[in-house]
Amino acid sequence: MSNETPLWEVFIRPRNGLAHRHCGSVHAADATLALQAARDVYTRRGEGFSVWVVPSAAITASDPVSKSEMFEPAETKIYRHPTFYDIPDEVGHM
Amino acid sequence: MLIQSSGIGKGARMYSQGLIGASHEETETPEFLKAFQRRIDAEEKIEPNDPMPEAYRKTLIRQIGQHAHSEIVGMLPEGNWLTRAPSLKRKAILLSKVQDEGGHGLYLYAAAETLGVSREEMTEQLLAGRAKFSSIFNYPTLSWADIGAIGWLVDGAAIMNQIPLCRCSYGPYARAMIRICKEESFHQRQGYEIMLTLCRGTAAQKAMAQDALDRLWWPSLMMFGPHDSDSAHGEQSMKWKIKRFTNDELRQKFVDATVPQAEFLGLTVPDPELRWNEATGHYEFGAPDWDEFWRVVKGGGPMTRDRVAARRKAWEEGAWVREAALAHAAKRKARDAAAKTAAE
Ligand SMILES: [Fe+2]
Ligand SMILES: [Fe+2]
Repeated sequence: MSNETPLWEVFIRPRNGLAHRHCGSVHAADATLALQAARDVYTRRGEGFSVWVVPSAAITASDPVSKSEMFEPAETKIYRHPTFYDIPDEVGHM
Repeated sequence: MLIQSSGIGKGARMYSQGLIGASHEETETPEFLKAFQRRIDAEEKIEPNDPMPEAYRKTLIRQIGQHAHSEIVGMLPEGNWLTRAPSLKRKAILLSKVQDEGGHGLYLYAAAETLGVSREEMTEQLLAGRAKFSSIFNYPTLSWADIGAIGWLVDGAAIMNQIPLCRCSYGPYARAMIRICKEESFHQRQGYEIMLTLCRGTAAQKAMAQDALDRLWWPSLMMFGPHDSDSAHGEQSMKWKIKRFTNDELRQKFVDATVPQAEFLGLTVPDPELRWNEATGHYEFGAPDWDEFWRVVKGGGPMTRDRVAARRKAWEEGAWVREAALAHAAKRKARDAAAKTAAE
């Protein structure tokens, strides 16, 4: 439907030093209105001081149904974790 | 495999989590249903594009939609007193509360949209009088004390209902509820403070507070829905961990928490059967008028028509704003595209 107001994803940085985090979505005709709506809907109590809005249609997402093919390679490579290696206690913290 | 989030999937409905609606057609073999139940039992959260039984999706769309409508319609009885609040302080507080309720509606609509229903469809259902909303908002707010009683009782009941929903098996709903619960406490406290002020005021003010409690007590108990034995979706929702407590369990918790608060105010709960049971550690209380409840739920509440009419009026009178905003966005886009072509 062409008269549907587009959907935007909202990302908020709670404070400097932290990354922007997805916190929800809003409908708005354009980016300026989306920012204002995001401010009103998601930052009424100082939840953040930097807001990103991204058209939902612009996001490319991995398919949860093919989760196994997508992430299986990482699961089997346990040697990527430090705990895989036996280092004698005498060596100390490493 | 990556999914480009446009044009794939049945209906290509965007999920607000930025995912595209993978085919909704899950083959619901007994193995599929069993595997789904195993995920639920393991307390795994279900996310928008995960395979899920169609009935799970439908139950959530209905419940989250009704919940969202309740937040939006719930702005009306309180909005009724915005211009007549007794002080600038109370007016600013009430305005903030009403704005919060609008926000709650928006978080919840967004959560419902992740299940493949559009905001427009939900709005249409509400405006056509086909969608349900909480029975409590079908009652009028006759005095300023009603604003106190609503914050105290109605938001209090909402908190009882909503805290367990923060652990709902459906991720987007649970996350919306966490945000909402953080904001509800202010609502209840400001309402109780209004009641406290009235109860410490003149005899007429205290009588006004008692009158509000008399009218809103039973409708508040009805907010938890029908008796467990008459609850159509209760059992399955518990199994799917959409609900964590039954209607009657929540109602009992509410009575146990609220009666001492009424006593502190020096008000009388309008229930002759109310008594403390030392043995069970709970209050015993009378049954709400279920005939009235069903009448209200089926659209026969004293304010049902007014509430829907007010939403319809707001929607229709705002149409030109939505159209102008979209036209402006389209014009800007076309102008930017033309400038880009000219520059190339
Ligand atoms: Fe709310
Ligand atoms: Fe509230």
